[in-house]
Amino acid sequence: MTARIVLQQADIARALTRISHEILESQRGSSAAGSDLILLGIPTRGVLLARRIGALLQSIEPGTSTVGALDVTMYRDDLAKNPTRAPSPTDIPPGGIDGKTVILVDDVLYSGRTIRCALDALSDLGRPRAVRLAVLVDRGHRELPIRADFVGKNLPTAVEERIFVRMTETDGIDEVTIE
Amino acid sequence: MRHLLSTKDLGRDEAIALLDIAEDMADVANREVKKLPTLRGKTVVNLFFEDSTRTRVSFEVAAKRLSADVINFSAKGSSLSKGESLKDTAQTLAAMGADGVVIRHHASGAPRVLAESGWIGAAIVNAGDGTHEHPTQALLDAFTIRRRLHGAGARGRGLDGVTVTIVGDILHSRVARSNIWLLTTLGATVSLVAPATLLPVSIAGWPVTAGYDLDAAIDNGPDVVMMLRIQAERMSAAFFPNAREYGRQWGLDDERVGRLPAASIVMHPGPMNRGLEISANAADSAQSTVLEQVANGVSIRMAVLYNLLSGAVVA
Repeated sequence: MTARIVLQQADIARALTRISHEILESQRGSSAAGSDLILLGIPTRGVLLARRIGALLQSIEPGTSTVGALDVTMYRDDLAKNPTRAPSPTDIPPGGIDGKTVILVDDVLYSGRTIRCALDALSDLGRPRAVRLAVLVDRGHRELPIRADFVGKNLPTAVEERIFVRMTETDGIDEVTIE
Repeated sequence: MRHLLSTKDLGRDEAIALLDIAEDMADVANREVKKLPTLRGKTVVNLFFEDSTRTRVSFEVAAKRLSADVINFSAKGSSLSKGESLKDTAQTLAAMGADGVVIRHHASGAPRVLAESGWIGAAIVNAGDGTHEHPTQALLDAFTIRRRLHGAGARGRGLDGVTVTIVGDILHSRVARSNIWLLTTLGATVSLVAPATLLPVSIAGWPVTAGYDLDAAIDNGPDVVMMLRIQAERMSAAFFPNAREYGRQWGLDDERVGRLPAASIVMHPGPMNRGLEISANAADSAQSTVLEQVANGVSIRMAVLYNLLSGAVVA
């Protein structure tokens, strides 16, 4: 099967910049200060995306957010159907998530099951004031009533197709392909 | 991994992966909700034919933190004391649907018998068998050493270049055996110090050096000194003249601790005979990791249970 590039480096950068502005805009309406914003990336690529969005927020409005990671391996509902997975580190910024606005960041939103795991994991860590979801690609085919608040690109796909998000930090190049 | 019977079977990458999972499990202990839903619906049986406090409680806490159901089964007060065989006990547990069996037995090799006999399909974890092995103790010791040495940057690393001196009753110690295999697999150099009567007849084939002189070993400045318990219950013969003489020659007393490099750590698997193999000051000093070892034991056992019970069963 041939790979087709759907987002290139510039497209990804533009999408992240737009998401960053949207996040700040959505915060402006609320009474809470911007420093209550916590970006939690879901490993592996979600963490990298969260760091990039965090850096963008920092350049637009310094001191508005902190970045961490939230591993959802232990909360998955398909553990018994696959070989044992190695978990990744969870890294919650000091001060915890109580009363903060948490923005979950992931690369691709598909069935919605990963996000459900993330919501379960969050409730064991504390009680955020609100939880939002930012994804680089929304490819549809949801199996749960979950939707993203901030989307880089909506990408209608067939179930047989696979989306690959590659990032410079792990793969040497920024691109999203469909195969 | 299907069972955890011996650290001899563990490869370096496998061992490091287990230690890394334990790092993630350790974070759970600091959270408000100290529980993960990972093993919900799984049943873990603690099958203890020998007395134990910390290992059994540690496995129980570990299984409960992962939301597994735990059944404690000790020889005293069960049909085992009426003479039921290991086979019948295993088949009973299998009929009740145990997914994992944590077994401690006075006979070396009992866990392997359970794992290979086909009496029970559950994952078997060796929690100490006779004088053979105690793999989770070795894993938690390695985890403790790695955390002390590398702190937050411990993930993914082995114990390359670390020197470990194990002192005391090597002959009867399953902790020593498991540690020897695991620590050398992880790249550490292990030496043994014990009275000649408490060293096995032959240690040819063990990747270690052995000596009789604790003072000389201390002067070498090892990174880790691991004291072993004098196991009175396994000593049917006189291995040393009396406790005071043992303490004087092979005990870690205040003077010997003072001669250790400041960065060296003192370990003991517990329970300690204070004043015999380790002095109270040595056990309570900042160099001692005794309580850390207990805390880390829960993380390691969570990692082991996760590893054995969470994934699909590979035929």
